[in-house]
Amino acid sequence: MHTLLEPFSYGFFRHGILVATLAGALCGLVGVYVVLRGMSYIGHGLSHAIFGGAAASAVINFNFYIGAGLWGLASALMIGRVTRRRIIGSDAAIGVITTASFALGLVLFGFFGVAHKSVDAVHYGSIQGVSVADVWVVAAVTAAIAATVFLRYRALLFVTFDPEVADVSGVNVARTDALLMLMLAVSILVTMKVIGVVLIAAMLVIPPVIARMLTNSFSRMLWLSVVIGAVSGFAGMYLSYHLDVSSGATIVLVGGTLFGIVFAATGPRGLRRAAGLEGHGPALPVEVETARL
Amino acid sequence: MSILVRLERVTCAYDRTPVLVGADLEVGEGEFIGIVGPSGSGKTTMLRALLGAVRPLSGTVRRRPGLTVGYVPQIETVNWTFPVTVLETVLMARTAGRHLPWPSAQERRDAGTALARLGLAGLGRRHIGELSGGQQQRVFIARALLQQPQLLLLDEPTAGVDVRTRHEVLHLLADLNAEGLAILLTTHDLNGMAAHLPKLVCLNTEITGVGPPEAVLTPEVLERTYGAPMDVIEHAGMRVVLDRPGAYGDNVVRLPQRGTA
Repeated sequence: MHTLLEPFSYGFFRHGILVATLAGALCGLVGVYVVLRGMSYIGHGLSHAIFGGAAASAVINFNFYIGAGLWGLASALMIGRVTRRRIIGSDAAIGVITTASFALGLVLFGFFGVAHKSVDAVHYGSIQGVSVADVWVVAAVTAAIAATVFLRYRALLFVTFDPEVADVSGVNVARTDALLMLMLAVSILVTMKVIGVVLIAAMLVIPPVIARMLTNSFSRMLWLSVVIGAVSGFAGMYLSYHLDVSSGATIVLVGGTLFGIVFAATGPRGLRRAAGLEGHGPALPVEVETARL
Repeated sequence: MSILVRLERVTCAYDRTPVLVGADLEVGEGEFIGIVGPSGSGKTTMLRALLGAVRPLSGTVRRRPGLTVGYVPQIETVNWTFPVTVLETVLMARTAGRHLPWPSAQERRDAGTALARLGLAGLGRRHIGELSGGQQQRVFIARALLQQPQLLLLDEPTAGVDVRTRHEVLHLLADLNAEGLAILLTTHDLNGMAAHLPKLVCLNTEITGVGPPEAVLTPEVLERTYGAPMDVIEHAGMRVVLDRPGAYGDNVVRLPQRGTA
C-alpha cells in the first residue's frame, strides 16, 4: 500500500497528477468538437505551431503562455482564413501553416542553444516541469472553457452539426468558429507541458472517439469524453511515475487501452459509430443586408 | 395577398460566374411554389437568396419586416452518423439568444408538439440515423417549424427518397400549406413533385416561366428551361413530362431483353 501511495507524498507528483487529470478532461471536452468537425489533424498541427511560439517566447525571454498562446491563436485563425478561400483544403492549410511554425521553433532552438532535454520535455511531456503556477493556470483555463461550453452549448452544437442552417437561423457561425479555435489553442497551450506537443493530438481524439462508440447522444458524448479524458490523465500520470517513462506517452497509452476495451465490448456497433466521425466543415458565414418591403 | 419576400432583378454569382441572372419573383402569404430546372440552373442559389444566405451581385431582396423563414436543407447533405437524437436536432431551432444548455419545459413542450404534429411522437430519444427516409425528412421539417416560420423553404425535399416517402412528404407539405404556411421548394422531380404544385418557377440561370403547371409544363417552356425537346401528355388530369426519344441523338444503346440475347 505504501508503494502505491508513495508518489502522492511528493508535491511535484500531486501537482502533476492534478494537471494531468484536468488536462485530460479539457482535451476530452474540446476534442468532441474537433473530432465531430472532422478536424482531428488540427490538434496535431496546432500543437506543433504552438511549439514554434514557445521557442520564440523563450528566445526573446517573453512569458510562455502569452507568447505561445498568441502564436497558436494566430495560427488557428490563419488556418481558418486560408480554408475559407476553399482553394486549399483545411488539411493542406493545417499542414503548411503549422509545420512551418514548428520548423521555425526548431531553428530558433538550434540557433540559441536551448538544452536538448527541454526540447524533449516539450515534445513528450514531463511531470518535472509542473509548478504550482501551472496547476492554477490549467485549473483556471479548464473552468473558463467549461463555462464557455456551458453557455455556448447550443450554438456550438448547431454550428458543428449544420453550419449552413445555423447561419441562417441567427447563429453567428464565424464568431462561434473563432471561439472554438481560441478554446482549442488555449487548451493545447496549457496542457502541452504535461502531455507534450507530439502526443497532445491523441488526447484530443481518443476520448471523444471512445465516447462516440458508447453513445448516440451529443450531450452524453460530451460528458463521457470528459470523464474518459480525466481517467486517462490520472491513470497515465500515476503509471508514468512507477514506470519512469514520459507522462504524455503513458497518458496516451491508457487512452489507447480504454479504446481497445470499449472496442471489444461494443463490437461492430461501436466501430460503426466511430467510423462515421467525419463532420461537416464549417460553412461560409454570409451576412446579407436586405431591403425591406 | 400580402407579399412575404420579393426578388427584384437579382443576379448572383460564384467566383464571377453568374448562376442566377435578373430574377424577379414574389412569394406571397399562403403560396406553394416549386422551383424547377436542370442541375446548375440556379435553383438552390435562388433559395439561398430568398433566405438571405447569399449576397446578390446586383438587384434587391426585399423582405417583410419581422418575417420568419424556416429552412430545410437537402437530407442528402446531412451527416447521419453525427451523435444527435431527434429531440436534440429539433431543439436546434431554439439556439439563437439561448444560453442554458438544457431546454426549458416550454421548449420541450413545443418540440413535443412539433414532433407529434409530424407523426414523430415517441421518437425523440432515437438517433437520427435510425429513422426511415420519410421520418428523417420530417425531423428537419419539425426543426424548421419550431421556429414558427411564415415561410418554409426546402431544398430538394424528395431527392434520393423512394416513391412512398415522396408521397408522405408531399402530403405533409400540402397539409402545412392548407394551414396557411407559405412554402417554396426546389425539385428535380417534374412528374412526382412539380406537377402536383399550384405554382412553378422554371429556371435556367434566368427565369424561363412562372405559373401553374398547365401554363409552364409545356414543350416550349421546358425546352427553354432544359435545353432539349420534351413532350408533355395529359394523364388523370395532370401534366406528365416525357423525354423525347432521340432528343440526344439516335445512337441510343438498347440492352437486349432477358432470354432474347
